[in-house]
Amino acid sequence: MPHSAEERARIVTIKGSTVEVRGLLSYRMGEITYVGEEKLMGEVIEIERDFATVQVYEPLEGLKINDPVYLTGKSLSAELGPGLLSNIFDGIQRPLEQIKKISSSPFIQRGIHINALDRYKKWQFEPNKDLTKGHLVKGGDVLGSVQETETIRCNIIVPPNTTGELLSIQEEGEFKITDPIAELKGSDKKKEELTLMHEWPVRIARPFLKKLPVHEPLVTGQRIIDMFFPIAKGGTAAIPGGFGTGKTILQHQLSKWSDADVVIYIGCGERGNEMTDVLREFPKLVDPHTQNPLMDRTLLIANVSNMPVAAREASIYMGITMAEFYRDQGFNVLLTADSTSRWAEALREIAGQLEEMPVEEGYPAYLGARLANFYERAGQVITLGSPYREGSINITAAVSPPGGDFSEPVTANTKRFVKTFWGLDPNLANRKHFPSINWLNSYSGYIKVIEEWALESGLEDWGRYRQEMFTILQKDDELQHIAELIGSKALPADEQLIILVAEIIKEGFLQQNAFDKIDSFCPIEKQMKMMKLMLLFYNRAEVLIKNGCPISLIISLKTVKILKRMKEDVPNDNIIRMNKIEDYIHTDMEELGSKYGYKV
Amino acid sequence: MARITVRGVSEIRGPIIIIEGVTGIRMGEYLEVKLPNKPSRKGRVLAIEEERVIILLYQGTYEIEKDEIETEFFGRTMQLFVAEDMIGRVFNSQGEPLDGLPSIYSDEYRDINGSPINPTSRVYPRNYIETGISSIDSMNTLVRGQKLPIFTGAGLPNNQLIGQIVKQARIAGAEGTDKFAIVFGAMGLTMDDYIYFQRLFEETGTLNKVVMFTNLASDSAAERLITPRVALTTAEYLAFDKGYHVLAILSDITNYCQALREISVALETVPSRKGYPGYMYSDLASIYERAGIIEGSQGSITLIANLTMPNDDITHPIPDLTGYITEGQIILDRSLHNRGIYPPIDVLGSLSRLMKDGIGEGYTRKDHPSLSNQLYASYAEGLDKRRLAEVIGKKELNRRDQILYEFADKFEDNFVNQGDDYRSIEDSLDLGWSLLSNLPETELTKVSEDLILKHIHNKGADSD
Repeated sequence: MPHSAEERARIVTIKGSTVEVRGLLSYRMGEITYVGEEKLMGEVIEIERDFATVQVYEPLEGLKINDPVYLTGKSLSAELGPGLLSNIFDGIQRPLEQIKKISSSPFIQRGIHINALDRYKKWQFEPNKDLTKGHLVKGGDVLGSVQETETIRCNIIVPPNTTGELLSIQEEGEFKITDPIAELKGSDKKKEELTLMHEWPVRIARPFLKKLPVHEPLVTGQRIIDMFFPIAKGGTAAIPGGFGTGKTILQHQLSKWSDADVVIYIGCGERGNEMTDVLREFPKLVDPHTQNPLMDRTLLIANVSNMPVAAREASIYMGITMAEFYRDQGFNVLLTADSTSRWAEALREIAGQLEEMPVEEGYPAYLGARLANFYERAGQVITLGSPYREGSINITAAVSPPGGDFSEPVTANTKRFVKTFWGLDPNLANRKHFPSINWLNSYSGYIKVIEEWALESGLEDWGRYRQEMFTILQKDDELQHIAELIGSKALPADEQLIILVAEIIKEGFLQQNAFDKIDSFCPIEKQMKMMKLMLLFYNRAEVLIKNGCPISLIISLKTVKILKRMKEDVPNDNIIRMNKIEDYIHTDMEELGSKYGYKV
Repeated sequence: MARITVRGVSEIRGPIIIIEGVTGIRMGEYLEVKLPNKPSRKGRVLAIEEERVIILLYQGTYEIEKDEIETEFFGRTMQLFVAEDMIGRVFNSQGEPLDGLPSIYSDEYRDINGSPINPTSRVYPRNYIETGISSIDSMNTLVRGQKLPIFTGAGLPNNQLIGQIVKQARIAGAEGTDKFAIVFGAMGLTMDDYIYFQRLFEETGTLNKVVMFTNLASDSAAERLITPRVALTTAEYLAFDKGYHVLAILSDITNYCQALREISVALETVPSRKGYPGYMYSDLASIYERAGIIEGSQGSITLIANLTMPNDDITHPIPDLTGYITEGQIILDRSLHNRGIYPPIDVLGSLSRLMKDGIGEGYTRKDHPSLSNQLYASYAEGLDKRRLAEVIGKKELNRRDQILYEFADKFEDNFVNQGDDYRSIEDSLDLGWSLLSNLPETELTKVSEDLILKHIHNKGADSD
């Protein structure tokens, strides 16, 4: 609250997005500070004797030397409680819809102070029946719950680091977010009131009981990811790619179709229209897993590229803290950050203003450490408190390497901390092969885990299909190099067949049209069946070729086109129709076989 | 706000002056430096360190005498008087008239730096703009409210292309509004280019719809930093306050960025790539992001920017950072140009991010999305075959590869190459289908059977 703070310092220097202040009392690193008459929000990032440097989250125009500075003694914190979902916030958790309302301007002007969570809205609270007066409760214990959106029932938990004897807990009823719902007596005998919300400093990871090894996939409905480079729930992935390679669309696809419970989308230094696109589209889309509007499980953070750079730096921490809040309730959370390069650039810009010694390409020496801290906040955990809950955070982060060069510092450092790497390829993007994930330089560190999961889930063929398809694609790559020198006509028939099948896989399987009603999301069963049919085609054609069938006859089979188009032609709720395609393949092959006097 | 006047400066360095011993100065404040017997110069406060005020002078520091000058601080940031009367006028970057007519007097003024648009107040752009150019309309559709740069190289006909767009484009659209204006920001343009644009506006009869802000190559680099800002401030006023559909043309972003580097070096900023400052991304974003459409306003800002890629290098920081901010890019290709193809648009490298929602049924034509996908795919394959033929000779290609090879040629010669003609979107799409009819149907994997029947065999029930 800016109003309760007491003025304790004055501005002495104004430069870029930072001010230097001088005061009499001591400062704390990370302390939230309000500067100037408009009380612009900032954070202490450097202290030297009685000077402190404050990075300010709003433009500094109009400030002057000797303007007052108010220290709050608080760190940059997120408000956590019901009402976050379906909302859009800026980098310091101000709700943008509310900003629009109170400022009655389409532009974001300076000095707007507004709470993240609505103070007037009432929530129907249902207490945890197991709790009674006198119960000893600790951080993470579930006090009760409220229906936050149609999809998500928000657990109201005791804030971490809080313990005490329960003095009272409210009956079922309607409460505002700041109304007390329970009262504790802490170890120091002091009474403490708990509400539906609490605050948490965003730069500190929220505690959990134990990290677990990841064990199941995040199903995304994107074929190249689910089948080739899967990500586990609790896992991390980087999506590096130059502009126009489809990072943002891939992130949108992941946010739309993943089987996560909660999705947090951080637009970090990105385009305003893209955020508007999400705001416009998501409420209309239906979550294929719950049939509710996608917006019900989604939370957006928009720091568009022309918003202040310091707020961009904060946006990533805001996002991950909110993700941890939902994880602690026992949800699987997907956090997509687009793009971490803009965040790294914000670090660089602020470091430059502090005249810190730059290392690679002007980035500060702690770039790697900051990235590591961020990615390490992902994972599958047992949460604090009772009842027993498991939750997870996935991070998929876009990286925007300058000139598409993956050896630059942000991409190189990111690679050190993520287990899955979906490298986007400008050559594929140029020919509108989307998603443009390059299957030769991408990797997933979760193959083993997913393979075990597949065996238990009745997808025992997953590993085999994947390997067989991969082998075809790899051989194809080698053959393409040769064909570039001598022409594919000169290759033996069995090798030409590999090129043909690889083309079917690339066009009919790896490419996925995000804008096609059917193809945008592909259920796992369909993905498996598609692989099966393509491999069936290959295996049967291979036998024919061995028996002297000319490759040209196979190339001109109508099934080739059917295989390439089944992703868009077979509706997702009618996968049974693919059995017909299987019949076509058999019929076609048998026909050719009989022509060549060979029974297949 | 109180004005403060100070005599003398303590340091002069490049375009920067530093004044010491003055208090009460605001960050970003606009100011005027008065010289004896010379026109005064304008400037802006860049940083304040206790009693040292660091100032950028837009017209440079040449011939400033340390103790003689008088600096008057205005107590506010730079503001531009805005009015509908600006349409048809020519100004310098300070908003002072260059056409001999009187200055703009208005009750309305705006801070030239603008403020970010709240994403919840934006209207997502969906109405396509017909430019009459096949490779843009069908393959990289421009949408009203979009920001789209033209990545060009020295000597390529980018200005001619912009001329054609100005001539042919129907920005105001079908609702019959005549509220259309062009805001032109000339940033470091050579006199030749400047005259080209002036004549273009004269010839197309749009001169009375243009607001020009002029900073020529011979003008000050520091002043170039405010040219796009005054231009877009005017565009915002016309679009969002007065309901105009504004086409903002900025030329050339590369000159702007070089000015930005020059000033940042003078300020001893830590450089990042190629000496450009680390904040160039944020700075460019504060220009490009001002395009768009907002709720409750009839108008729109569509931004087209010329960007000359140094040495045709698309990975250079200027096109690179731009590409990450803008909603796509039109790339001009030197080899197409050398083969006499106009407009030499690199169809595959170009991109319109807003195309997906601006085309198809109810917008352009139902077949448009899959048709353009098929054209991309077949053209890309055709180019692969061309590269292959360069190694092994065209005769060695198999039949299928030869057909694709020929398709790529035809696509460039007939579809991309259209000269100064105007082609309606219908004509462009039909031309696409007629090119596809040269391919065997097994190649047409991106279009449905229905569309093939209708557009290649001219059969099918629905006719739209």
